[in-house]
Amino acid sequence: MNKNVMVIGGGPCGLEASAQLHKMGYNVILIEKEKQLGGHLAKWDRLFPEGIEAKEVLQPLVDNINGVKYFLDTEVVSINLLDKEYNVILSNGITVLSKAVLMTSGFDLFPAEKKEEYGYGIYDRVITNADLEKFFATGKDPRVVENPKRIGFVHCVGSRDEKAGNRYCSKVCCATAVKQACEMKALFPDAEIFCFYMDLRMFGRGYEDMYLKAQKDYGIRFIRGRVSEVSETLEKQVLVKAEDTLSGKPLKVTLDLLVLMAGMQNAKSGIRIGEMISMKRSDDGFFTTKGSILSLQECDKAGIFYAGACTGPKTLPDTLNEARAAAVSIHNYFNKEN
Amino acid sequence: MIYEGKQKIWSEYQKEIPEDHYFYVRSCIRQSFFPASEKVFLDITRNRLHKDFFETEHHTTCGGIAYHSDAIPQETSMTIIARQFALMHKYGYENYVCSCITSFGLYTETLETWREFPELEEKIKENLWESCKLEFAKPKYLAHASDLIYKYRNLIASQAKFKLIEKKSGRPLRVVEHIGCHYAKMFPSRGVGGAEYPYVLAGMIEAWGGEVIDYPERRHCCGFGFRQYLIKSNRGYSLSNTHKKFESMEPFKPDMIITNCPGCPYFLDRWQYVISEMEGKTYGENGHGIPVFTYEEVAGLVMGYDPWDLGLQVHQVGVEPLLDKMGIPYDPEKKYKGINNKDLGRPELPTCACL
Repeated sequence: MNKNVMVIGGGPCGLEASAQLHKMGYNVILIEKEKQLGGHLAKWDRLFPEGIEAKEVLQPLVDNINGVKYFLDTEVVSINLLDKEYNVILSNGITVLSKAVLMTSGFDLFPAEKKEEYGYGIYDRVITNADLEKFFATGKDPRVVENPKRIGFVHCVGSRDEKAGNRYCSKVCCATAVKQACEMKALFPDAEIFCFYMDLRMFGRGYEDMYLKAQKDYGIRFIRGRVSEVSETLEKQVLVKAEDTLSGKPLKVTLDLLVLMAGMQNAKSGIRIGEMISMKRSDDGFFTTKGSILSLQECDKAGIFYAGACTGPKTLPDTLNEARAAAVSIHNYFNKEN
Repeated sequence: MIYEGKQKIWSEYQKEIPEDHYFYVRSCIRQSFFPASEKVFLDITRNRLHKDFFETEHHTTCGGIAYHSDAIPQETSMTIIARQFALMHKYGYENYVCSCITSFGLYTETLETWREFPELEEKIKENLWESCKLEFAKPKYLAHASDLIYKYRNLIASQAKFKLIEKKSGRPLRVVEHIGCHYAKMFPSRGVGGAEYPYVLAGMIEAWGGEVIDYPERRHCCGFGFRQYLIKSNRGYSLSNTHKKFESMEPFKPDMIITNCPGCPYFLDRWQYVISEMEGKTYGENGHGIPVFTYEEVAGLVMGYDPWDLGLQVHQVGVEPLLDKMGIPYDPEKKYKGINNKDLGRPELPTCACL
């Protein structure tokens, strides 16, 4: 019996699912479009809520795929169903016949420049959450000035925003903003730090504690209100206008750095593959699962499975759990077919 | 400032502007505020650039001021607008261009509303026929007159006699561009460059040699804001808006301001006088104000029109320091002479005007 399983996307989700399927005896073929494994996790410095290093999580995930065939810098050229197997042609010239295909294609960060009023890509001192993680990892970013005195974080950039076309919550940005705000305070103890939020969605274990710590120990100022516009002063600082809805007043503050918490969108690379075999997507742009409670890992097309952020924003622990659940779903599918 | 970032946004907001053949509609108030602007627009487009711009004395107001002041209902303003469009059709035109920003915003809003609610469009058709016996039509293209000067900016530059450059030093003039709120804030895709970083005036400034200033309160209202000014008790809001803008632009040392709205140049110009009277503060060089222009006036200056034929003597803030910077000749004796040397009178309290 052909026990091939094609896994598309070599981020943490694809890695975990591949490792689990390999342990179950399946012949896993994992492809990753980038030149390295790890997805966004490979570009992240530390993880909430404890602040452990991203590489401490990523390295075991990579180590666990020992024995799995994987191809880097490889994309799907075409995919189509032949009888009961998917014929997948890869950009490296290899063709794979696979009874099951697992989409772990993940997410793209919302392009922050689309929120034009925030000035990303226009003003020198506006960066994103991803840029800041890179700064934490490398200590280098010309947009981060030496000893910034005032730093702002804008939550929900491209999330919960009809104008941006994304009505949903991206789930991880609140906790990421609180984590990054504390890290900046630790790096620049003299800096005043503001978080502009709509609601703080601290739903996970330990998140609320992190939020309280941010207020008590780090003195982060949380302002409930959306930023309306950002502009640049003569000194190249950014002038932020917002509303403080709790005090009921408009607010204007000059900052040395503004960090935009860009949300999640279904990855363009995953969408491209989905369109080849007409995988359904919901109004939010993410892939539609067969059921909303009992069949979260299945597509309505037999043999196609989903895990991770390709079906909606998720935290890393949720993503890894879905990877394991998808492996079980695929195992059950093979058993049922036989 | 990352200029390439702005260029990227500008490239995404490029509207289609036909080259020629327009039905031109004037503003209600511009001829009083800045009397030569519309005349110069028609003279440049017809006689210097040889384009076809038609106008008729039968057109009226668009009803915008009454609409935004809640004095007339939306259906009434839509019927007025339908009549304007019907006149365009009657005279054989498909491209409609208006001089006023509020009109442009209201026309855009009306066309979008008709698209969303076809039953309302049907009702307006009936209103138009009942009231005017005119055939309903919609323009194929809707433009603001500043879109056209933007479109022709390089043609104008090719005929330029003067540039937005300080003649003595060769320094590009620092120019504040102020866009009327109703140009693109409601419908960003209908404005050249969008709503956040409009390019319609910035493109003219660049083409004519100037340097655009991006200051923190660039997007802020000029202070007209309809209810802020039309209701007498609210005029303090109007003035404080203008004051906020000048305080914000002051550190950037602008040489001049260009606007594309009927109200904006008026308020940015006149309130400078009020601020100087109230606070003794002026924002330009050597105790002067910052001269404020319409885009047609600037196009006229660049093309070598006589400053007094452009109506610059009716500005509150004196324009002479800027004319001197650009090296534009003028006859001070003729400043307050009208047609046939008629004496126009002189300002009595020229605090920030320069005689």
